[in-house]
Amino acid sequence: MKIAVLLKWVPDLVEELEVDDDGIGIDTDDLKFKLNEFDDHALEEALQIANDGDEVVAIAIDGDGTEKMLYTAIAKGASSGIRLTGGSNSNTANLAAGFATALDGGNYDLILTGVQSVDDLDGQLGPILAANMGLPCVSVVSSLNVSGGVATVTKEYSGGIVAEFEVDLPAVLGIQAARETPRYAPVSKIRQVQQSTDLAEKSVSGSSTSGTIITAMSEPETGGGAKMLDDVEDLIEILKGLGVS
Amino acid sequence: MAGIMVICEHLAGEFSDITFEMLDVANKIGGDITAVTFGSMKEKSGELGIANNVIDAGGDTEYNPESYASGAKAAVESNSPSIILVASTSMGYDIGNPLAVNLGIPLASYCTGVSSDGTNHEFTSSLYGGKMSVTSTAAGPAIALMLAGAGDADAGRVSGSPSLSQVSGESLDRVRFKQLIEPDAGDVDITQSEIIIAIGRGIGGKDDIEIAEELAEVIDADIACSRPLVDAGWLPKSRQVGKSGMKVKPKLYIALGISGAPEHIEGMKDSTTIIAINSDENAPIFDVAHYGMAEDLFDVVEELIDELE
Ligand SMILES: Cc1cc2nc3c(=O)[nH]c(=O)nc-3n(C[C@H](O)[C@H](O)[C@H](O)COP(=O)(O)OP(=O)(O)OC[C@H]3O[C@@H](n4cnc5c(N)ncnc54)[C@H](O)[C@@H]3O)c2cc1C
Ligand SMILES: Nc1ncnc2c1ncn2[C@@H]1O[C@H](COP(=O)(O)O)[C@@H](O)[C@H]1O
Repeated sequence: MKIAVLLKWVPDLVEELEVDDDGIGIDTDDLKFKLNEFDDHALEEALQIANDGDEVVAIAIDGDGTEKMLYTAIAKGASSGIRLTGGSNSNTANLAAGFATALDGGNYDLILTGVQSVDDLDGQLGPILAANMGLPCVSVVSSLNVSGGVATVTKEYSGGIVAEFEVDLPAVLGIQAARETPRYAPVSKIRQVQQSTDLAEKSVSGSSTSGTIITAMSEPETGGGAKMLDDVEDLIEILKGLGVS
Repeated sequence: MAGIMVICEHLAGEFSDITFEMLDVANKIGGDITAVTFGSMKEKSGELGIANNVIDAGGDTEYNPESYASGAKAAVESNSPSIILVASTSMGYDIGNPLAVNLGIPLASYCTGVSSDGTNHEFTSSLYGGKMSVTSTAAGPAIALMLAGAGDADAGRVSGSPSLSQVSGESLDRVRFKQLIEPDAGDVDITQSEIIIAIGRGIGGKDDIEIAEELAEVIDADIACSRPLVDAGWLPKSRQVGKSGMKVKPKLYIALGISGAPEHIEGMKDSTTIIAINSDENAPIFDVAHYGMAEDLFDVVEELIDELE
């Protein structure tokens, strides 16, 4: 079985975010980025279902963080890493078109993405990619088993309810959570991989459908709703007022 | 007919709240409203009174991502709406996204608001886990994936007798529904709790949950949590609040070390009083909280336990 996992570099939300000078994006100058946490789950799940002889290919768009993501993925157990160049990442539709040309003909049985990322507003790449490739897709997947060309997945609804589906492979799945907490790769191992492994490179042609146009970005009013308290005494007063103590 | 189309969502034979929220949003935008139903839900079209028309797009009774997406496309093609509202949910992701590709039209996700003059649309979206609010525009037919909370479900729940028509999409079976699995009933049903102490990733480690439990005992609260704690196996799914967890409405909700991502807020925003403690003063949880403290949760909780005991 051949499994592709798509990895995206996203801002770490623990950081303070600021709107840039243009007013339509965030200032990324001193911002810390990291692998999208759902992609880490997708990679973990791929490594979990892969048996001997199966291939897990980590794929990322060329840019900041690409080497770190791909070398780390290999250090965790991925078979290889591919850096995609030349596509257009102006919006998710164009990105998906690029990924589709890169993945078509690669004989992947499964293409795993993270369920979503927090920094773009033009949709979830998984189902968009699947539509481009003419493949079935299930997103928000929280469990996955593969047997005889069919994946059995659970998809999360609301209220803790999940639905079980069977999906014919090849398919695209948007992974919400892996069966286990994503593994950790020691820095020494990543460094070793970096020295001993070459990343493959694949160029894709750009496409340029226009999507929605961002016209403004702003922080929601901080503490818009909340009365901010300075010490615990105030909090205790509030709790007592609510009849709690 | 350049109206607004609402792709209805249902589960277990009932329209979901988000369906009525979207009808309310559509009603506020104004214009001709068409609701699209699947499976046997056309029989309940009387509940969709805000809509002028209901299009039954067929499909299995249970959600099927491919057939429903195909039915939705057939509905759009028969009706030519200017805006299509789809739920920003697990089901909506698999309908709205392919619809945008297959119709070649723009899509705005994580929408909290939409306005339109019938041709030019403006979308407000919540990005970066709720830390930024983004405005975007599109002209001509476009899709909005609507977050729960964008509309008022009660206002959208109006009975009536919209006209009924039918389209059919392709019947596809590459994805096959097997069964619905209800969550394991936990030891505590947090949807019934009066006071909830909800802990998030800010709690640090599994062993640190103890201190929150101690406070819970002092104020007679139940412990709930955000999703990452469940994914880490620290607490059972029955304690998870949010989009893919439980919807809770306690009298008091105390959030400790929870950032306030839209997926979490969805499950607790209707609590009567919300108190949030988070060391990041910009955490979006403070936008829905009534009271907030931008402090280390351990300092606050320890002091609370000491003072209240
Ligand atoms: C389809 C989908 C469904 C989802 N469903 C849900 C759901 O049902 N429920 C849910 O909760 N999430 C859900 N999520 C996940 C959601 O997007 C967020 O990732 C999650 O809510 C974040 O949890 P958190 O706030 O605990 O963690 P984080 O976002 O990591 O926030 C931790 C917070 O703790 C604060 N903190 C750290 N240390 C301290 C300290 N010592 N004292 C005080 N504060 C501290 C930090 O400032 C930070 O704000 C879903 C996501 C997707 C894609
Ligand atoms: N630029 C990108 N590079 C690699 N993977 C991506 C990229 N954009 C999206 N993805 C994948 O698609 C998932 C959903 O992202 P998004 O469409 O941004 O919500 C991510 O979790 C990744 O797995």
